[in-house]
Amino acid sequence: MADTTAPSTTAPTSTTTPGRRKAVSLTRTPTWAWALPPVLVLALGFLYPLALVVRQSFTPESLEDGGASLTPYTEVFASTVFREALTTTVWLAVGATVGCLVLGFVLALVIAFVPFPGGKAVARFIDVFLSFPSFLITLALLFIYGSVGMANGAWTGVTGAAEGPFHFLTTPWGVLLAEITYFTPFVMRPLLAAFSQLDTAQLEVASSLGAGPVRIVRQVILPEALPALAAGGSLVLVLCLNEFGIVLFTGAKGVTTLPMLVYSKAILESDYPAACVVAVVNIALSVGLYSLYRVVSRRAGA
Amino acid sequence: MLVHSRTGKWATWSAFALLFVPLFAVPLLVILAASFSTNWSGALPSGPTATRYTAATSGDSLQALTTSLVTALCASVLALVLGGWAALAASSLGRRGKRFLDALFMLPVAVPSVVVGLAVLVAFSRPPVLLNGTRWIVIIAHTVLVTAFAYQSVSAAARRLDPMYEQAAASLGASPARVLWRVRLPLLLPSLTAAAGLCFALSMGELSATMMLYPPDWTPLPVQIFAATDRGSLFTGAALAVVLMGTTLLVLTAVSRIRTRASYR
Repeated sequence: MADTTAPSTTAPTSTTTPGRRKAVSLTRTPTWAWALPPVLVLALGFLYPLALVVRQSFTPESLEDGGASLTPYTEVFASTVFREALTTTVWLAVGATVGCLVLGFVLALVIAFVPFPGGKAVARFIDVFLSFPSFLITLALLFIYGSVGMANGAWTGVTGAAEGPFHFLTTPWGVLLAEITYFTPFVMRPLLAAFSQLDTAQLEVASSLGAGPVRIVRQVILPEALPALAAGGSLVLVLCLNEFGIVLFTGAKGVTTLPMLVYSKAILESDYPAACVVAVVNIALSVGLYSLYRVVSRRAGA
Repeated sequence: MLVHSRTGKWATWSAFALLFVPLFAVPLLVILAASFSTNWSGALPSGPTATRYTAATSGDSLQALTTSLVTALCASVLALVLGGWAALAASSLGRRGKRFLDALFMLPVAVPSVVVGLAVLVAFSRPPVLLNGTRWIVIIAHTVLVTAFAYQSVSAAARRLDPMYEQAAASLGASPARVLWRVRLPLLLPSLTAAAGLCFALSMGELSATMMLYPPDWTPLPVQIFAATDRGSLFTGAALAVVLMGTTLLVLTAVSRIRTRASYR
């Protein structure tokens, strides 16, 4: 980089990016002005609506014009529905993240280090999987484990019982299974990228010195994979906290998460101040975690 | 490499298959099989039929498909312009300006899509901008949601771009606009098309924000799938889902062909 000898008109080539760029964009408009139009559009389409949500959350219906009040917050925080939704959301997200990390690590390990014919195809399949919407998984699970699905049907067909043993789909466990299935590829992708940069000579050396596979995984591969695991895990945690389609499709009355609560308060009950309060809590939770994710993935040198 | 013995390898592979096949391959296959069957209450589906597809490609469902396609196309073009512009502008800023733009444009990923839907609904149901009940409100929400991915993809590519090309062009007297149009954008074309494909796929499958604000005359395909499964017709839902997946894959393949042609030029 430092030895670039491209003849530039004004600024001498320096190693810092701004200096190098200035040589190119020699206009009377300052560079930051070019960033203004997209920022303004985003502000209008995203920041302004968000600000209105926050404002609405402080305006109960009784004082529609002007005047802020904490009443919506105290009301929502006092309701058991909200507290249950908060705990359900958090434990589902944490559980799904742990599940995705374990499963994703094992699967990526096999694809990368015990290669088999068709492994490339599996990796491609995972990319395709990522481009499908999440609710398809719940739809498929309804066919497999639903009350009239194939698992229960096979059971009643074999045993002659009136109904099958699988009823977990409308409980939080069904949501957990769907979330682990859908989000595991989000962990596998960064892991596979990290594994492809790992020098296999390290494994050969460890192996020739007498380390078994378990020890190699624990002492050689795992330390290398930690940044990718941390980055993938925190992304999945945020995505699980925000997941809506999976929960909506199970149609379970018993499983209420924060996004589901926002939907039911706003659309089904038309209680906008309460919906906005839940939304603000959800934003705080997710954005807080997402900032953590950005810090972690920057540390990881992504 | 990790497991050397033959039996060990086979054991690992069968464990992998035991985890991978039921979790990832079976769900998609089940949807595909269900869409072709009339009834599925045993271990295997029964009654092969294609009538679901005649229903899924006519009337309301066809309208939902075109709605989804138009929404996804508009949202990805808008997102590409917005996100691409911001990413290019950010790449010529200093460290702090770049950080600011990064944080700003990646924020919609962190905010739950249901909340984005709620926010857009709250903001555009009141003066000065009244869009509630129109298709534009859906397109705005989708654009906001996918812009982050366009920004991320283009800014990652812009960071890897070799500045030599631009400097050479500029030193030969090309104006900044010409450098952008003839040097930077062609070099960024692969990442732009990749971003377009990603945005399109995400917008095609978007359900959360759409559920908050779709008007009755603009129901995208995911909403239609939910409506079908919610009223109990799972098989129609499966056929619609296959149509959705097929269309998404078709567009993604087409887009990736553009990319390979550009990168070999």
